Amino acid sequence: MAKRIEVSGLNVYYGDFKAVEDVSMTIEPRSVTAFIGPSGCGKSTYLRTLNRMHEVIPGARVEGKVVLDDQDLYAPGIDPVAVRRVVGMVFQRPNPFPTMSIFDNVASGLKLNGVKDKKKLTEVVEQSLKGANLWNEVKDRLDKPGAGLSGGQQQRLCIARAIAVEPEVILMDEPCSALDPISTLAIEDLIEKLKDKFTVVIVTHNMQQAARVSDQTAFFNLAATGKPGRLIEMGPTKQIFSNPGEKATEDYITGRFG
Amino acid sequence: MSSPDGTAPPDRPAGEENAAEELVVGEPAGPTPHFEGLAEKHAETTAHPAAKETGPKLELGPVGHLGDRLFAGLARGSGGLVVAIVAFVGIFLLALAIPALAKDESSFLFSRIWEPGGDTPRFGIAALFYTTVISSIIAMLIAVPIAVGVALFITYYAPKRLAAPVAHAVDLLAAVPSIIYGLWGILFFAPILRPVIDGIAAALGWIPVFEKPAGADVGVVFTASVVLAIMILPVVTAISREIFQQTPITHREGALALGATRWEMIRMAVLPYGRSGVVSASMLGLGRALGETVAVLIILSVPNGNDPWNPSIFAGGETFASKIANNAAEFDSPEKTGAYIAAGLVLFVVTFLVNSAARIIVARSAPGAKRPRRNRRAGATQTEGASA
Repeated sequence: MAKRIEVSGLNVYYGDFKAVEDVSMTIEPRSVTAFIGPSGCGKSTYLRTLNRMHEVIPGARVEGKVVLDDQDLYAPGIDPVAVRRVVGMVFQRPNPFPTMSIFDNVASGLKLNGVKDKKKLTEVVEQSLKGANLWNEVKDRLDKPGAGLSGGQQQRLCIARAIAVEPEVILMDEPCSALDPISTLAIEDLIEKLKDKFTVVIVTHNMQQAARVSDQTAFFNLAATGKPGRLIEMGPTKQIFSNPGEKATEDYITGRFG
Repeated sequence: MSSPDGTAPPDRPAGEENAAEELVVGEPAGPTPHFEGLAEKHAETTAHPAAKETGPKLELGPVGHLGDRLFAGLARGSGGLVVAIVAFVGIFLLALAIPALAKDESSFLFSRIWEPGGDTPRFGIAALFYTTVISSIIAMLIAVPIAVGVALFITYYAPKRLAAPVAHAVDLLAAVPSIIYGLWGILFFAPILRPVIDGIAAALGWIPVFEKPAGADVGVVFTASVVLAIMILPVVTAISREIFQQTPITHREGALALGATRWEMIRMAVLPYGRSGVVSASMLGLGRALGETVAVLIILSVPNGNDPWNPSIFAGGETFASKIANNAAEFDSPEKTGAYIAAGLVLFVVTFLVNSAARIIVARSAPGAKRPRRNRRAGATQTEGASA
């Protein structure tokens, strides 16, 4: 598990509008990579191109290459559904399936893959919930609806759901922005643990969070409103936060932006 | 540091502003902007009581304008009018039906005989009730799966260029007058349905409901049901489409991100979300089918009075509405009229019950009752998303 992602010359368009321009980067396996940058700079859009979730948005398209384990995700004949089974995603808002129980939520991905064996399902659900640091809180009420949990628990449930299918990569789009500080801390602890097995990519607006959880940090910015977002610089998190190479990065992380 | 100058009402006496300024100066001004802000706030709160003592009296009386009162009156009047109309319809039906029912010599609810008027009026609604309900239920059973399919096609499968025309075409079905459906149904569609009816009757004819009576009659209950299905298709489709479209994007993305195909996404996210909407749409469709008159009147052939009653859907029959419409010309005595009105009253009650059932089902799975969390959360997501 856990694979390296190599992106080269990636442009993202919404119709005629170029949202992200010429991004190239390497995302290391078994590490946490954080994307930071001002709102609207295209970091979430870019994140979605890593598992082709941008295709859900009408008019969105991509030029360039995203190579995962020697396979270009945008090569002809690649099914986005298959890509998403390998590259999982956790969203800004916790989105457990409202009509499903906690158990069924975690098992939903496995069922999509055709796992029917009850014993296997039970096993994986327990492993995934443990992996998401949620087992102890929900083990007595697995048959209750997932929507009955707190926001932070729901988000960990979504992470459990994502890791249950054993993806290579987990993308997280501002996973803590709707959560309180304590739940945020729980998720951050979890991210730390996840990188033992997965490649984690996280978009965050919280710079302390990026500094706390990530090994690599990528700073995105846009020249002006209406211009495409671009990757300004990327490097080890320590270096980006202590000794950034670009003036724009320094301005942003010290809060002197704009 | 900005003093409360900017926020102060223009009519505040000048002396107070000075007082406020003094207070601000008097506070131990902190070194950071944060503390300054606090001090400022403090100054403001201390300045306000002074304003209360010396400033002109605030006008806090009722702020009513003529427009407000007019509109409130109109709104109340309209609301009351609707309730009054419903009440009057009910009272009208009851007042005319009760005398006739009192003279009825047979069981009104369980008799299949319909011979109102005369010295010993005998009439019951059992046959009418049966035909009405079975034709409407068959119509619903045919229409709902098709409507759900069309709605899913329009919302999640069709390319944009195709979705709008298909949606309009379905909506157009609702614009066709029911007399046209009746003519089309009996003259064009009934002969086409003939082989279908023969097929079903051959396969399932041993069940009385599917038994085909002798004779080559085209105006049968089943034909009416299929035409009714087409007639209720637009409303069921429109409501289903609406609810499918409202499935929160977060639910759909959640499924897709797990590697769900489009159909799996629909099964995991869209259908559970839309279930109550589809149920209520079906009930609404059922309500329409129950009351449909002209098309059914034209299609259904009225059984000969001497023939024994036949429960088969491949035989003719009469529904409440078609029976009343068929016989409207012979409302010559109050007793006779009352009998038909009593039948109308039953239709009214049945339709009312169906609509209530739809509401109860919706209320159970929608905001409010048994499973409140799901919808509240879904709603919250939407509103928060909008404000973000």
